[in-house]
Amino acid sequence: MKWKFLLPAAIFAAVAVAFAVGLTLDSQRLPSALIDQPAPQFELPPIAAIDGGDPYGGGFSSRNLGGGVALVNVFASWCVPCRVEHPQLMSLARDHGVSIFGINQKDKPENARAWLERHGDPYRAIGADNDGRVSIDWGVYGVPETFVVDAEGRIRYRHVGPIMERDLTGTLLPMTAELGP
Amino acid sequence: MIAELGHFALILAFVLALVQGSLPLAGAHRHTVGRDDGGWIALAGPAALGQFVFIALAFAALTALFVGADFSVMVVAANANSQLPLIYKISAVWGHHEGSMVLWVLILALFGLCVAVFGSNLPATFRARALGVQGLISAGFLFFMLLTSNPFARLVPAPADGRDLNPLLQDPGLAFHPPFLYVGYVGFSMAFSFAIAALMEGRVDAAWARWVRPWTLAAWCALTLGIAMGSWWAYYELGWGGFWFWDPVENASLIPWLVGTALLHSAIVVEKRNALKSWTVLLAILAFSFSLIGTFLVRSGVLTSVHAFATDPARGVFILVLLVAVIGGSLVLYALRAPALTGGGLFAPVSREGALLLNNLLMTAAAATVLLGTLYPLFLDAVGGPKVSVGPPFFNATFLPLMAPMVAVMAVGPFLSWKRGDLAGAFSRLYAVLGLAALAALAAWYFYRGGPVLALVALAAAAWLLFATLAEFADRLGLFRAHWRDSLERARRLPRAAYGMTLAHAGLALVIAGATGASLWREEHIQSSLPGDAVTVGGYEVILEGVRQVEGPNYLADQAQLTVRRDGREVTLLEPEKRVYAASAIPTTEAAIRTTGRGDLYVVLGDASEDDSGAWTTRLFFTPLVVWMWIGSLVMVAGGLLSLSDRRLRVGAPRRRKTHGTSGLKKETA
Repeated sequence: MKWKFLLPAAIFAAVAVAFAVGLTLDSQRLPSALIDQPAPQFELPPIAAIDGGDPYGGGFSSRNLGGGVALVNVFASWCVPCRVEHPQLMSLARDHGVSIFGINQKDKPENARAWLERHGDPYRAIGADNDGRVSIDWGVYGVPETFVVDAEGRIRYRHVGPIMERDLTGTLLPMTAELGP
Repeated sequence: MIAELGHFALILAFVLALVQGSLPLAGAHRHTVGRDDGGWIALAGPAALGQFVFIALAFAALTALFVGADFSVMVVAANANSQLPLIYKISAVWGHHEGSMVLWVLILALFGLCVAVFGSNLPATFRARALGVQGLISAGFLFFMLLTSNPFARLVPAPADGRDLNPLLQDPGLAFHPPFLYVGYVGFSMAFSFAIAALMEGRVDAAWARWVRPWTLAAWCALTLGIAMGSWWAYYELGWGGFWFWDPVENASLIPWLVGTALLHSAIVVEKRNALKSWTVLLAILAFSFSLIGTFLVRSGVLTSVHAFATDPARGVFILVLLVAVIGGSLVLYALRAPALTGGGLFAPVSREGALLLNNLLMTAAAATVLLGTLYPLFLDAVGGPKVSVGPPFFNATFLPLMAPMVAVMAVGPFLSWKRGDLAGAFSRLYAVLGLAALAALAAWYFYRGGPVLALVALAAAAWLLFATLAEFADRLGLFRAHWRDSLERARRLPRAAYGMTLAHAGLALVIAGATGASLWREEHIQSSLPGDAVTVGGYEVILEGVRQVEGPNYLADQAQLTVRRDGREVTLLEPEKRVYAASAIPTTEAAIRTTGRGDLYVVLGDASEDDSGAWTTRLFFTPLVVWMWIGSLVMVAGGLLSLSDRRLRVGAPRRRKTHGTSGLKKETA
């Protein structure tokens, strides 16, 4: 007779176990269909010129990739988390000599420029993805996102959200070191 | 400075919550075993007051930071912008995880304060226990906020401008949807605390049910309104004319609503007939447990959803521990103490109690179904299966068949008497209603020229419920039988709770009718139109006049002008927009809607054609009867509020009656 009063607690215990297992499945690492696939083919123009000046960033295309390990970072001046990860990108480029390429997504040229002039430019080259089309080819979910591309031009890792200090030391630096210069 | 003050207020509130969650409980225990409680019981009230004051201060501080656009605070920088209109700066306070947690504990503290202030009719130990349980819940959540979701964290260096509130949330409908939803969720915490206090005291009786009912009713009204607002918002803002998507977050609000509705009804049985006690206590625990799961499932990263706030694994673990402590702890207490709660009233299967019990079973079965559908992807993922999502087909195939008998019984139940009902007698009064329902289906069939059989059945069910509810009301007044003066006198004497039931049931009938029309008879036309082109939809002729650019406070928009004609006469001009918000560059669509009782004409502007021909994509919908869904929801809420104002439930009025059924563990409180 008394066991039926235990039933709710027992059912909840089962649900709680499922929650616990669900938590251990890393939701940050959204599966990407592109892992271990060659990076998509694309051609992005530089950040557009304003008032007759020169364009900025040199443009970025799939030909830039494949010469060595590189990071591809999707960023925008309107994105607050990008501001958070920016010091980590600067440190990667300056202190660790990692090649970083930028995809500047849906940004105004003057804003993008001002942002890079104010906070520093860690990028080897930047392509302006004004309509977000190339970002879609990369399977980008939101800004910022960062991809690790190996020397053969294959995507090896995808990082969603801002790169924090712990991502730098825990994942990205070991990974770029392992994949070679 | 304001941010630090707010943070400090939260810490003080946490300390007070710890006091409220420990000493009054210990004092009540000492009192029960006959020792001096040392004034600990009396601490509960002042602690609840102090806690409310400090949480209100923290909330005010956060509001001030948003209104003052202080971008050195992380959540402000991430969710506001200097150009954001004032009203959305205020609603942005709870438009993100951290701020919504502040609102959550604020409402919890407000409910605690209400018990402290208006609960003078509760026995002292019972009140101390209920407030103690509230204090424990509050302490858990304040601790969670302080450790993992501090709303006052600074961002160094401060950005020049913020990222802006998600444009989808910049809408009056959504600005006030979360507060109502939270009042509903958190309101169930009162029923929960009362249930736990009753389990501690080992006593559930009619007086207990009368204390629980007003709190549950208030929470239910707010939750109903909150869900309706959310659904209304989704309908007009998301731009595809749907009103319910079976998204995990929507389900998370529906499950407590179903269980809370069951609780409202089973509490009546406890009050009137002294039966179904342990079941009612279980429902009180479950209603709040599902509210908790609903609030936190989507924040923990356990489930991904379109509504999900940014997730963080550290939060997830904390939330799980909290859920296990609150829900697991209370269910274990239930397993230990509930077997001793023996009921008094016996009843035949065909009786008012029987109908209410059947309602309870169907409601909880429906809640379990929705829960299963929501969690199934998670379970599958946990055992290493593929990532799947459970969509509307599952819910339509399982939820609707449970609702059909519900509606059938709902119409009959009020005709049955307590203890032993007369089914044949009830049906004899329902023949006319059955005829009216069939007539309604026929009329719909004629009006919509056929349509799916399911739609006709559903509409007949809505009519069945509506007319049966009205018939029962007429029956009570003795309309058509007695002299009109007698009827008027009876109407005057009828308790407000009876009016409330009639309104709430009739409101549900309207909701069913609206949902049926909007989902099963919807017309949809998508086309590429040049200015001057006309489309016929739902009896309207819609002509695209042109598209122009307009500027809002923080967005730019393409706005189309469409003339709407009916029977050759111009009835209105609709101006749907496609907006791009400056700060976030996120595009949104603003549908234009012409609402009538017959149905809504719903117009969405799509993209301009790429070949510079000047053509625009437009999407036109006609959703019949949909307005009755919102009206019905409001009628349901009105019924709940009317019932809440019933004299018998009024705070202060019910004195503990020492009549029948103070059964249980026979432990006297004083």
